Amino acid sequence: MPVITYRDALRSAMAEEMERDERVVLLGEDIGVYGGTHLVTNGLIDQFGPRRVIDTPIAENGFTGAAIGMAMAGMRPIVEMMTWNFSFQAADQIIQNAAKLRYFSGGQVSVPLVIRGPNGGGVQLSAQHTHSLEGFYGHFPGLKVVSPSTPEDVKGMMLAAIRDPDPVIFLEAGALYGTKGEVPEGEYTVDFGKARVAREGNDVTLVGYGRQVPVLLRIAEKLANDKIDAEVIDLRSIRPFDSDTIVESVKKTHRAVVVQEQWRWFSVASEVAAIIQEQAFDELDAPVERVSGAEVPAPYARNLEVAAFPSEQQVIDATRRVLYLGS
Amino acid sequence: MATTQSQGKRRRSATTPAKNGSDGSPRDVKHPQLDADALIALYDKMVHIRLFEDAAQRGFRQGKVGGYMHVYSGQEAVATGFLDTFHEGDYVITAYRDHAHVLLLGSEPKAVMAELYGKGTGLVKGKGGSMHLFDVVNGFYGGYGIVGGHIPLGVGLAFGQAYQKTGGITQLYLGDGAIHNGAFHEAANLAGLWGRDGLNPCLFVLENNQYGMGTSVERATANTDLGKKFESYGIEHTKVDGMDVEAVLQVAHEAADRVRETGKPFAVEALTYRIMPHGAADFLEKYRTKEEVKKWRQRDPIGLLEKRLEDEGVDESRIAEIRASAKATMDAAVKFAEESPEPDLAELLTDVYTDDSLVRAAG
Repeated sequence: MPVITYRDALRSAMAEEMERDERVVLLGEDIGVYGGTHLVTNGLIDQFGPRRVIDTPIAENGFTGAAIGMAMAGMRPIVEMMTWNFSFQAADQIIQNAAKLRYFSGGQVSVPLVIRGPNGGGVQLSAQHTHSLEGFYGHFPGLKVVSPSTPEDVKGMMLAAIRDPDPVIFLEAGALYGTKGEVPEGEYTVDFGKARVAREGNDVTLVGYGRQVPVLLRIAEKLANDKIDAEVIDLRSIRPFDSDTIVESVKKTHRAVVVQEQWRWFSVASEVAAIIQEQAFDELDAPVERVSGAEVPAPYARNLEVAAFPSEQQVIDATRRVLYLGS
Repeated sequence: MATTQSQGKRRRSATTPAKNGSDGSPRDVKHPQLDADALIALYDKMVHIRLFEDAAQRGFRQGKVGGYMHVYSGQEAVATGFLDTFHEGDYVITAYRDHAHVLLLGSEPKAVMAELYGKGTGLVKGKGGSMHLFDVVNGFYGGYGIVGGHIPLGVGLAFGQAYQKTGGITQLYLGDGAIHNGAFHEAANLAGLWGRDGLNPCLFVLENNQYGMGTSVERATANTDLGKKFESYGIEHTKVDGMDVEAVLQVAHEAADRVRETGKPFAVEALTYRIMPHGAADFLEKYRTKEEVKKWRQRDPIGLLEKRLEDEGVDESRIAEIRASAKATMDAAVKFAEESPEPDLAELLTDVYTDDSLVRAAG
């Protein structure tokens, strides 16, 4: 299989589907002539022209709402949020229109729309440019929310997102754009609502998504040195959610640590912990641990930012706690 | 509902869209006079709307209609005139004062009334209510409750029509209250921009009923010539007396033809007035005087049209007949709504996603 970057896998999914389907268009800030702030759409305007790769003014509410209208009119628009931090400007469109139109129209309207862009922090962008919004968007019925972590998944899930009849919040791991991985040749989709066992193990279940997944795999290797055999689960999809894979894993390991960059309260990790206690209470040998970001706006200084996100050591410590091992 | 198009009876004018007077007031439209049959057809539609709204308000006062409800009484000439230009393949989108638009596009009054009553036979199965009427088969794309929030959608619908070369246009209705919202400005900018390439056949119909809820235009903006707001985005515009259905009809046809031909947006500000409170629960009306309302009632579009019918020598009995027929339709609509069953409880969990299995019940 060819080895390509997360960024190129994402681009090829969009380009291939644009070749196949004239209804697919891209909209966003500086995605065309400029090439995209993160180069995800680089070159696509040369291939498809400005009618299909649409540079917009800096007006997220306007162009996201317009994309919803295009989707209602039978198109398949893909909106780039230069970063998800700007989506608050468009939150009224996403939450009040895209998520609910199908319902309040009594099923007369569907919104086949993808909104994509980098989510999460880690590159010193400070408070207003650093958010992890999976819990926020995952809260609203009507939206599908995914967070792929590998080049293979990002391509297959983007294709699934474009073809999905409902609005998809596509949270890319911005920190992983340059990471490489094997990607199958040809057309394939990765279905939503299916978690992936990224590493099999028997002693403890580590759950994460997005850029936490490669971190968890690294941690699992370190734990292996201490004879701790960790299973790593990549959620891939926040809504719909795959409880079964997590519960099956916990039935085997009897212990779980959920890791996320976002704030702890009302978060994905909280939901995962609740699901485990509801569906596998008798299987648990220890309380489920959540490892989350510090509850502060993201700071600028490098050392402060590093301290604001879960560290490998914090995950290792939590893992040792659920195994009742000293640190 | 009256579905007769008055278009065929109208003597078309070949003039370009009306330009405003130098003081910004509506141009004194010397519209071609319509014949009696065309006027009767318009009257029939407007009376249907008025009597529907009267019945809806009774239902609200009786506690049979819940939530928020906003009636169109006083503004009938605007939607009646503009929707006379509707072609198959066109789209219409508006905010929450939406009963008239959907009725004019051909929805059954009984299905609309049943929606207000929260019944399973309602237009959107009891899931939307007064503010979220939809009838996509007839070109009606809602029905939105957040002021300004639907405007970008309308611009996107128009883009979709042009991109897919359907030949359709979008009529995008908004109130004077919505024009101060950021969503309007972002969307209008996109409409003007995309219109340069013929990719935005969007007809903005600004229904200026003088108040955004209880805040008058003068209290909401320092630039009260609302058409000017479109100018900022390269969108040409005009004004019309929104109480004079014949004037509206002419301007509407000129504007719609122009949008259809050019693929560019165009805006019409229709000066109108809601003779009823903002919402059915707006009891006090502290923001306007009884005298003001009385003055506007003298320019009630239905009253003005009755005078025209008299001038045309239409017999009073013909007018009474129309009113009686509309009343019978609305009585039947109310009866249907009252007797219809509530939505099946299973409907609670459908239409969230295309795949209903993704939805969890309460509890």
